[in-house]
Order: sequence, then structure tokens, then C-alpha cells
Amino acid sequence: MYEISGLTKIYQGKGKNEKVHALQGVDVVIPDNDMLAIQGPTGHGKSTLLQLLGGLDRPTGGSLKFDGQEMAKMGEMSLTKLRAQNFGYIFQGFNLIPTLTAQENVETALVPLGVSKVERRERAAKALTDVGLGERLGHLQTELSGGQQQRVAIARALVKEPKVILADEPTGNLDEETRDDIFGLLEKLWADLGLTVIMVTHDSALSKRVPRLAQIKNGKLTIKRERAGATGV
Amino acid sequence: MFFTYLGRELRRRSRQALVIALGLALGIGLTITVSAYSSGVKAAQEQVLKSLYGVGTDITVTQTATRGSGGSQSFGATGQSQTGTGTKTTSVAQDTASVTPGTGTITSATLAKIDKLSGVSDAVGSLSLSDFNVSGALKQSVTQTPSTSSTSGTGGNSRGSGGSGGGSFSAGPPSFNGSFSSTTIEGVDVTNSATGPLSSLSVASGRALTSSDAKSAVAVVNSSYATQKSIKVGATETLGGTKFTVVGIATTTSSEDYFIPLYEAQTISKETGKVTTVYVKAASSTQINSVASEIKSAASGATVSTSAELASSVSGSLSSAGSLIVNLGKWLSIAVLAAAFLIAALLTVSAVSRRTREFGTLKAIGWTSRRVVRQVIGESIITGLVGGAIGIGVGFAGAAAIKKFAPTLTASGSTSSASNTSGGGFAGGGGGFASAASKANDITVHLTAPVGMGILGLAVALAVLGGLLAGGIGGWRASSLRPAAALAKVS
Ligand SMILES: Nc1ncnc2c1ncn2[C@@H]1O[C@H](COP(=O)(O)OP(=O)(O)O)[C@@H](O)[C@H]1O
Ligand SMILES: [Mg+2]
Repeated sequence: MYEISGLTKIYQGKGKNEKVHALQGVDVVIPDNDMLAIQGPTGHGKSTLLQLLGGLDRPTGGSLKFDGQEMAKMGEMSLTKLRAQNFGYIFQGFNLIPTLTAQENVETALVPLGVSKVERRERAAKALTDVGLGERLGHLQTELSGGQQQRVAIARALVKEPKVILADEPTGNLDEETRDDIFGLLEKLWADLGLTVIMVTHDSALSKRVPRLAQIKNGKLTIKRERAGATGV
Repeated sequence: MFFTYLGRELRRRSRQALVIALGLALGIGLTITVSAYSSGVKAAQEQVLKSLYGVGTDITVTQTATRGSGGSQSFGATGQSQTGTGTKTTSVAQDTASVTPGTGTITSATLAKIDKLSGVSDAVGSLSLSDFNVSGALKQSVTQTPSTSSTSGTGGNSRGSGGSGGGSFSAGPPSFNGSFSSTTIEGVDVTNSATGPLSSLSVASGRALTSSDAKSAVAVVNSSYATQKSIKVGATETLGGTKFTVVGIATTTSSEDYFIPLYEAQTISKETGKVTTVYVKAASSTQINSVASEIKSAASGATVSTSAELASSVSGSLSSAGSLIVNLGKWLSIAVLAAAFLIAALLTVSAVSRRTREFGTLKAIGWTSRRVVRQVIGESIITGLVGGAIGIGVGFAGAAAIKKFAPTLTASGSTSSASNTSGGGFAGGGGGFASAASKANDITVHLTAPVGMGILGLAVALAVLGGLLAGGIGGWRASSLRPAAALAKVS
């Protein structure tokens, strides 16, 4: 569960006095097993928020608590450990390691957890089977379609059995049909595994299907639609 | 994962990795070649020193001849004094062994005095002789006074055109038909094989001289001279009129032709109790200089030279070629290594920059900076080691090329060249002596270029260093990447 209040992020721009106020006081609570979609115009802070949630970057101000731990004050080692254990990040550009096979890419997520080689290979193969790529373990990124690459990336995010999946426009680089496949996969995983899924998307067709919808404009977040039957916590 | 990932990445960047490796290989190969060459030159210098003075000699003591002494050569028809006029033909057969002209002698008393000095652990004397052998017919057309060519040597002989190795010795009136030859003899202390000239001999066939030979007419022959003259073990050679049995053939870089027991050398040259050189081993290498000055006061008038002085005076193509090429090579390999390190570092940094997104992604999924850096350094070190392996191959090839193509080097010890300048009495017939004397100073060695374990260790160290340097800089760049770099634009 995330408890976020007054969260700000200021980027130092190119010029000396040029500062980008990417987030300007975000307040939101994201309970466990939530599925939240974040909408908003380009350049208004969606990716920035997701990076803070995933521990890829640190806030400039405010409070960002994950399961009661203040992430803003965490040391580098603890933050790295948090990323390794709890967060599965999915990128718009898939971000596979180009020299590694599908299976090895998935294994990279288990390397920092100290999982043995044999177990790593087994778990990676199973995760790839779960996303429908059981036949493609030895393929390189160049031998896979965009949708398949994103499935590998999803398997890489899932294999560590994280608490949260963070997906930044996961279907942004995919055609419509594939987009539905990938979204369907995320929905299924959310339903089956009881994960928290936080997803940035441009796509209004997709945002209609998610239980909870938020919008970021000018660095401020507003909840557009609450989850049916949610308590509001 | 470490090696899989590393191997894949290097294969993907194989061209770039090869450039880095080849650069390092060139630098390392040059370093090996230059080091091998320099130890070859050093070995050659040591060989020269050893052949001049024997192993383990720290100090040598010699005596410069006072004019007219020492080098007194009574060449001529000894006991054949001729008087009268008209042409008279006398057959001459003369074999004289005497101290090389210009060389003075040291008495056994002085030798004993040197040996008793506190800092001296061993002192060994040796007697260098020149053997002059002439046979043929002397035709005399004028009245002769006895001893035509005495020590002054200004007689008829001075216009002689005779050379070594025989031929006609026509000295005008009187004229001489026949041959003469000169050889060099070293009288060595057979009771001491650890210090002095005996220590520079290694027996090729037959046996060495031992202490039981002290008063026997036996000789060990320099193998190059033996080959030239077809002398075999068991042969009988006449030296200074005495018959010697050849008991051994020895390889040595010394240019003396015969090695005989000191006592025998003193007998045939009538230099009883005299030596020409004293080889001194100091009790400790740190005492050499103080022992040298002690000897100077003990043996007044003697020339005392230390091996360090000799080493610095070893001149000729050896030392000049050596120091010039070693210096040039040293700087060249440093320059090439520096360039190779720079290229490796630049290419590694640019490779890391191009992998910003990749490393950002790994950090985003929980890889520590340390793990990412280790990956970068690992790649660099493997590249460096490949470069090192190729470099060792290049180095061995370079060393082999030196062995194959290096010219034979000549070194001359300037300290012993004195014998060349005096001995005016032999200006004519002394052609043979002059060449013998200079031959004694020039030592020919073939240059080798040994690649030792130390050099190979250095090569591996350089390879690892190059890898660490490039990987360290690249890794430092990688470690400063934030995980958010995973979202960097695709380049
Ligand atoms: N690393 C950065 N340095 C400087 N400015 C940044 C950086 N990342 C994002 N920004 C700026 O912050 C604002 C929000 O960006 P972002 O969160 O990526 O928007 P979105 O994902 O909604 O399109 C934009 O103005 C963007 O230019
Ligand atoms: Mg964005």
C-alpha cells in the first residue's frame, strides 16, 4: 500500500534557473490489490510519478510511504532492495537486454535476489510459459515481435513475485490488437495473483476498463473514478 | 549470468573489443620484446665481463709494463750469431712463449699480500703469454751482428711484411722465407676453479684442468681455436718449446687459445713466481671499493679495476646498440601502451554511454550499482587479457626476430687495450702480435632475447591494468547512472 501526500518533484532543467515542477503536491492512497490507471496529457508528470512509486528516482518534497516505509528517506541500498523485491517495472519501450535471450532476460530479475542458477532458469521458463511464450525461451529480442517482447518484459516483472506492477504506457508501442492482448494479460495477472497494478496510459479505451482511474494535469493528481465498492482507503 | 552476459556483450561488440585488445597487444608485445632485448643485452654484457675476468671476480689487478721490461721478446736466431759477409742461409726454428708486450708482471709475494687482505675472500693469479712460433730459412747477405732483433726492434725486422698465419716474411736484407704464427696462452691456477679465468671455461670434450695437473704439461684448448686448427683431445702441441698434451677442449668466450697450469706457463716463459693478472673476489659486494683501495696501497703501481668499472668501460657496438635501442624501445612501448590505454578507456566509456538505457533498466529491476560496474569491469578485463595473450604472442615473435636477425655484437674491454700501444720493438714482424693483442680485447657475442617469467608476469599485469583502467572509468560512468535512465530515449 502506498500513502502519498504533498509529493513534489522538481527537475533541474538545462538552464541554471530553469526548474521543471513535474509534480506539484500529489496526494493519493493506493491500497493493495488496487488496479489504477493514470491518464493525462504528455509532459504533465505521469512518468515522473510512476518512477517515484517504483523507487527509480527520489521525490523533492512530500511523503511517499510504501507499506509504512518512507521511501523519500531511504538509503540507496534499501531502495535498490525494495526495487528488486517488490516492484515489477514495465516500460513502454520494453527495455530488454539485447544480447540476452528471453529466458536470460527474465532471469536478470532474479539475479539480485540471489536465486540459484537452476532455480532461476526454472522460474524464468515458468514465467514465460505463463505469458504464453513457453516456446520462445531461447529467442533474442530481435527474433520477437513487439507484443512478444512486452510479454517477456511482463514475465521479467512477474518472475520475482512482486507486490506491485508499475507499467508506463505498456501498450504505447503496440498495435491495437496486441494492445488488447497485453492489457488482457495484465488484467488476468491482477485478478489471479492479487497484485497491485499501477499503469500509465494514454488510451481512453483501456482506461474505461480499469477499476480505478486517475488523471494528472500540471503535476497534480485527481481521482476520476473510484473502484466500485471501494471503501475509499 | 555474469559470464553469459559478459560473453554475449563482447561478442556483440567484437570489433570494438578487438581494437582494444589489439592496441593493448601491441603495447604489451613491444614491452615484452624490449624487455627481452634489454635482458639479452645485459646477458651479453655479463658474458663479456665473465669472459674477460671469469665468474665472480670483483676486482682485477694488473701491472703496466715499464718500457723495455716485461715484454722483452728475444726473437731471432738465438745462438746463431752470424759474422762474415756473403749470402748465408740459416734455418730457423724458434718457439718462444713470453709475457705479452706491454704487460707487466706481479710477483707471488704481492699476490700473497693481496690474498691476506681482510676484505679479500679469494685471490687467484694467472699468467698471460704470447707464443711466437717461427720456422723457415733466414737468408743473410750482409754482415750480421749477433742478435739482429733485440728488444729495441729497430733492426731490419721493422720493415717486415709478415703477417700471422705464415706466408713469406721478406724483410729485405736479411730476407726470411718461412712461416710464423702466434697464439695466446693463459697460465691458470688449477687449484682454484671458482675464481679467475678457469671459471669461464666449460668443457666440451675431454676434461678440465684440475689441481693434480699443477706440474703437468697438459693443456685445455679453446674450442674455436681447436676447430680452426683441427686440434683434438690427445694431441700434442708445442708451446714455448715444450710439448703439451691436450686433455680437453672447452667453450669459452675468452679469446685465449690455450689454458695450461700456471706453473707450466711460468716455466716456459721463465717468469718463475710471476703472474700478469690477479683476480680478486671480495668477501662482500659492498666492500669492493674499499678492498680495491686496500689493494692499491698493498701493490703499489698496480692497476686495480673493479668489475663495475669494467662494466662501464665495456664499449663497442654492444653497449651503444644496447642502450640506444633499449631507451628507444622503452619510450616507444610506453607511448604505445599509453595510447592503447587511452583508446581502451575512450571506447569503453562510449560503449557505456550507448548502453545507458540497458544499465538503467538493470538498476530499475534491482541490480546494484556494484553489480553493473562489475559487469563493465569484467568485460574490460577479459578484453585486456585477450590483448595480453595476443601481446605475449607478439612479444615472443619479436624476441625470436631479435634472435634471428640481430647482428653478432662485438665488445671491447678498454681496460686491457694497453698492450696494443707499446711493444714498439715489434713494429714490423709484430703484425701477428698486434692482431693477437687486439683479438684478446674484442669479444664477440651473439645477442639473445630471453623472455623470462618476470616479463610474462609484467605482460599479464599490464593487460589487467589496461582492463581495469578502461573498465574502471567505464564502470564509474555506469555507476553514476540513475535507474530512471531506463526511460532514456532510444539512441
Ligand atoms: N530527467 C528529467 N530532467 C528534466 N526534466 C524532466 C526529466 N524528466 C521529465 N522531465 C520533465 O518533467 C515534466 C514531466 O515529465 P513526464 O513525467 O515524463 O511527463 P509524462 O510522462 O506525463 O509525459 C516534463 O516537462 C518533462 O520535460
Ligand atoms: Mg511519460
